[in-house]
Amino acid sequence: MADLSSSPFELSPEHEALRRTVRDFAEKEVAPHVAAWDREHHFPVDLVRKVGELGLFGLTAPEEYGGAGGDFTSLCVAIEELGRVDQSIGITLEAGVGLGINPILTFGTPEQREQWLPELVAGRALAGFGLTEPGAGSDAGATRTRAELVDDEWVVNGAKQFITNSGSELTSLVTVTARTGTREDGSAEISAIVVPAGTPGFVAEPAYDKLGWHISDTHPLTFTDVRVPADHLLGERGRGYAQFLATLDDGRVAIAALAVGCIQACLDLSVEYAGQRTTFGGPIGRKQGVAFQLADLEVMLQASRALTYRAAAMKDAGRDTGRHRAEFKRAASVAKLYATESAVSATRIATQVFGGYGFMEEYPVARFYRDAKILEIGEGTSEVQRMLIARGLGLPVE
Amino acid sequence: MNIVVCVKYVPDATGDRKFESDNTVDREGVDGLLSELDEYAVEQSLQLKEKLGSDGGDSEVTVLTIGPAGAVDAIRKALQMGADKGVHVQDDAIAGSDAFATSLVLAEAVKKLPHDLVVCGMASTDGGMGVVPAMLSERLGLPGATLGSSIELDGQTLKIRRDGDTATVTVEATLPAVLSVTDQSGEARYPSFKGIMAAKKKPVETWSLADLGVDAGQVGLEASYTAVEETQARPPRTAGEIVKDEDGSGAKALVDFLVSKKFV
Ligand SMILES: Cc1cc2nc3c(=O)[nH]c(=O)nc-3n(C[C@H](O)[C@H](O)[C@H](O)COP(=O)(O)OP(=O)(O)OC[C@H]3O[C@@H](n4cnc5c(N)ncnc54)[C@H](O)[C@@H]3O)c2cc1C
Repeated sequence: MADLSSSPFELSPEHEALRRTVRDFAEKEVAPHVAAWDREHHFPVDLVRKVGELGLFGLTAPEEYGGAGGDFTSLCVAIEELGRVDQSIGITLEAGVGLGINPILTFGTPEQREQWLPELVAGRALAGFGLTEPGAGSDAGATRTRAELVDDEWVVNGAKQFITNSGSELTSLVTVTARTGTREDGSAEISAIVVPAGTPGFVAEPAYDKLGWHISDTHPLTFTDVRVPADHLLGERGRGYAQFLATLDDGRVAIAALAVGCIQACLDLSVEYAGQRTTFGGPIGRKQGVAFQLADLEVMLQASRALTYRAAAMKDAGRDTGRHRAEFKRAASVAKLYATESAVSATRIATQVFGGYGFMEEYPVARFYRDAKILEIGEGTSEVQRMLIARGLGLPVE
Repeated sequence: MNIVVCVKYVPDATGDRKFESDNTVDREGVDGLLSELDEYAVEQSLQLKEKLGSDGGDSEVTVLTIGPAGAVDAIRKALQMGADKGVHVQDDAIAGSDAFATSLVLAEAVKKLPHDLVVCGMASTDGGMGVVPAMLSERLGLPGATLGSSIELDGQTLKIRRDGDTATVTVEATLPAVLSVTDQSGEARYPSFKGIMAAKKKPVETWSLADLGVDAGQVGLEASYTAVEETQARPPRTAGEIVKDEDGSGAKALVDFLVSKKFV
């Protein structure tokens, strides 16, 4: 176990080597194509396979499923570095692991793991997690999708919304939360069920037209009398929602890492541009009005990175369970909130530094500007994070 | 089969180049890395090892580098890609050595290692002389198959294709031999995280000139035949010329430009 007291934010030489590898990969395989993919709203299946070959989907998975058995920090490093070049590719990895692989790894039976994990871990397949519904987002307990056990089969009916990695050529399954009954106290019993792609009645509707994340695969899903075998229940009956919430904390740290990548990109692009662009006889970086904004970006970057990797180190030190659990949850929410709000500010600053060019799709800052906003919404909105942090302080927030 | 792959630790080409007061490249003050051209050599070494599988006994790939303390990073990268062990020749007396002196140290180090095949990149990305592989084969008294763009090994016969400007030739050599590979030989792999973790435990030995029995007077700036007399910063980029085509004269203007610069 890592000793947190010694040097909590220092990444190991191996993490730095991974960073270098992922950076090289992103510069060579992603950067040259990303503008075109973004313009065309193209989900690059071949690239996702290459990310798989590089072993990134399997970073944290056990070796028996083809993974590298690495720590959570290494996954954060990979997400940050992909996100530094393109946020959509970063989220494809983040969701592929956090929402696709992890629920099956954590709650699956040996048979379920054996059946689904090797392909997911290799990045030859992707899985989505369908929690959000048209009427249930932050309030995910309001799920209306139902699953009924009939003749040893779950019959699923309902709809999911905004589901990442759920309708691509590579999607092999979507895990969905559904009401499987009513508890004695009248509340809904919610369970998680694995629905393989191609099951009759399960339709991934056409992809959304999104403000950002154009390269990421997001669909509304409909379920009409979809039948899957009873053994497709994931985890315990009636524990689907609670179990899923347990995996959300990690996801928050991973989204924070994606935000760190965004801030780093904004800083790199802005510093370079500030040295090149001249006005009134000198580079704009000489004007305090510009230079001080870049100094602010550096502060946001360092603070966000420290919060993110501190939370990741806590998890790697086993402090996400037992008596440290509350502390980890809070660290995850703090990191997610601070890093994502900083990322949105950072894109606003970077776009401003680029002036009119920053508003042109020709320049990557424009794409980062569009891509950043979702960071404050997905995997728990900023308001939800504040609510959780405040509750952690003992405040009786609703 | 024992493969020794010679790699160089070079300044990161994306960073600023700096020179010492004696006009040698500043290797301490800048970020360095495994020369990209040597990644191809590592890749071919690993592919040969993989193709051999466990037939013909276990093959081993040893990474050899000469350089300052930081040069171990180049070895580490090759180990992360999949090489088995490393040898780092480090000695202050080597600083400033030209290709001739470098090839002497390399040859003495190779002699101390079991070697059926010695693999090099086509040139370094900093000095760019591209003569070390040939010098090394001469010093070792081994056949040199240089500038291979495709490499095959059939038993004890090494066969390479060399694409020249005017002809493509096939070169065969009997092992043991020295091979150099070009940037056309096949993209180098990225280290996987498993490889990165595994590399932590792979052995790296550090040797001095004394370990090799090389006299300090045979190497270094003093003993080198070539010396850099002067360096100049790259001139700043000029504005360039934009040819506008409003009346169909654009093509001619372009051609005139190319002719004036002797590009065509
Ligand atoms: C591109 C994209 C990808 C996504 N991928 C997935 C996925 O893979 N799987 C999945 O299940 N979901 C996914 N989502 C859904 C995402 O998690 C939800 O959109 C998010 O949780 C917010 O839910 P909502 O949209 O219903 O907003 P609402 O919950 O309706 O919130 C509306 C506003 O009210 C605020 N609010 C709500 N409740 C409170 C409260 N108690 N106190 C204060 N403020 C409150 C919110 O913060 C927000 O500002 C994705 C969304 C997007 C846009």
